[in-house]
Amino acid sequence: MSTSILIPRSGKGAEAIEAAAVKGRSLWDDARRRLLRNKAAVAGMLVLALLVVAAVVGPHLTAYTYDEINKDDVWLGPLNHGHLIGTDSLGRDLLARLLMGLRVSLAIGLIATFVSLVIGVAWGAFAGYVGGRLDEVMMRFVDVLYSLPFIFFVILLMVTFGSNIVLIFVAIGAVEWLTMSRIVRGQTLTLKQKEFVEAARAAGLSQRGIITRHIVPNLLGPVVVYVTLTIPAVILAESFLSFLGLGVQPPMASLGTLIANGAQDMELAPWLLIFPSVVMVVTLMSFNFIGDGLRDAIDPKDR
Amino acid sequence: MFRFIGRRLLVAIPTLMLVVTLAFFMMRAAPGSPFDTDRKLSPEIERNVLAKYGMNKPLGQQYLDYLAGVARGDLGPSLKYKDKTVLAILKENYPVSLKLGLSAIVLASVVGVSLGVLAALRQNRGVDYGVMTVAILGVCIPTFVTAPLLVLVFASKLGWLPSAGWNDGAAINLVLPVTVLALPQIAIISRLTRAGMIEVLHSNYVRTARAKGLPARTIVGKHALRAALLPLVSYLGPACAGLLTGSLVVEKIFNLPGLGKFFVISALQRDYTVVMGMVIFYAALILLLNLIADLLYAALDPRVRLG
Repeated sequence: MSTSILIPRSGKGAEAIEAAAVKGRSLWDDARRRLLRNKAAVAGMLVLALLVVAAVVGPHLTAYTYDEINKDDVWLGPLNHGHLIGTDSLGRDLLARLLMGLRVSLAIGLIATFVSLVIGVAWGAFAGYVGGRLDEVMMRFVDVLYSLPFIFFVILLMVTFGSNIVLIFVAIGAVEWLTMSRIVRGQTLTLKQKEFVEAARAAGLSQRGIITRHIVPNLLGPVVVYVTLTIPAVILAESFLSFLGLGVQPPMASLGTLIANGAQDMELAPWLLIFPSVVMVVTLMSFNFIGDGLRDAIDPKDR
Repeated sequence: MFRFIGRRLLVAIPTLMLVVTLAFFMMRAAPGSPFDTDRKLSPEIERNVLAKYGMNKPLGQQYLDYLAGVARGDLGPSLKYKDKTVLAILKENYPVSLKLGLSAIVLASVVGVSLGVLAALRQNRGVDYGVMTVAILGVCIPTFVTAPLLVLVFASKLGWLPSAGWNDGAAINLVLPVTVLALPQIAIISRLTRAGMIEVLHSNYVRTARAKGLPARTIVGKHALRAALLPLVSYLGPACAGLLTGSLVVEKIFNLPGLGKFFVISALQRDYTVVMGMVIFYAALILLLNLIADLLYAALDPRVRLG
């Protein structure tokens, strides 16, 4: 390494630095600006906002409830008897079930991700902060867990303790925390020794100031990105379980159970497969777009 | 290198021990037993059955016995399939899963790498955007959506392909399940290849190769691709784990006699030994594949030293 880093470069770079200093844009202003310029991410956010509103409000607005059995309306196609997108084998309104399923899937995504966030951040930050022997042991433990065939353990859990919804949250969250802990630990470890942290310390910034101004914002970026990418992974994991008959139990619905049931009856009633599949794919895509957009916006390397 | 392999195999032992332990106690914590039938067994018969499988001993003793068995390579008898050992069940059914998985990974690698290279060479042009759109779709559309949809179109409506069944592994029966399994992997592999390729194409040694007048084909095929494939190789381990999850669903949808189908059924029936045997088998497989991926990585990248 040469010492040239210390000498301000002439030309465009220096002007840009000066301009930035004048305006005083923060890291997050920058990130927001970049995120809003990303069309896919903005579209993802809009669609996701719509989906969330539909999931929260929707089930209260439908003419039928998700578990209401209508013997006369069995196997109706879309736009029949006030059933906008048809009914299933028991005459239950698909729209009501779909909105309920979306609500359940989103809730599972959020809560299980929160579980993984808490475990992962605590584990990773502790290991990274303490360092040394303990860090080695803790991360080796994560390595070992990584090489387990996890889907099997989740299935075992569901079989063992019965498929209740709280357990789904915990089981999936407990699987997804591994990557989170690695990310957080790596970040904490490098941040601890970064020059700007040292510089801040040398400039007399308090311990608390360093943590709130320098460590947390830099830790937050990757964590936020990973959270937005974990939510769709969790929704997918729950759907896998539901597909195998181990997830949410009827008459309750999730996107996974709806697709599983739709697949059974697709010859007779293709709408039962198609509508839930579309909602599922749109949901996953909007999360992924937001996640990718956030990563590009927050990670300054790819500017 | 042999020291590296040796050390990795040594680390694998405690990992497998943990797998066995977790599987054993989770399975035993489950309510119910493999001998629950519709008719209640008389106490004497139940005692005899339990004694036959050594399940009348204290749990700790059973655990030690099982560990000793595993160490000898004996996974015990199935508790549900009479007169069959767990090893026999594994032997009978894993070829199906293996054939599926291998075909899918080969298909995914070939198609994914080709698409990725194509996209990288035409960066920010129509082809690139097309490939990347397909890649995003491939990641977001789960197997349990693609599988029924493809069956609906190609089997039910068009009648070109069989909708389900194994038929002794006939090629025509493999088309749909392998495609479904490969699609998400194609998506990920093409993204990885594209990213790696773009980075490598901007590197100094590729510029050198260009400057000394090598033909484009040599540059891409010999110099760039080799380095661009590195991230792909380290992805192969997780990819195989992904295929496992996928094949649970695919085997169910296409009614294939692979291990995945067995697992869920056996877990529901509390067939302790079969479930544990399968978990151990898959864990060992994943460990082995990760090791192979690391060795490949070192073989491809002269900068990596195994130590």
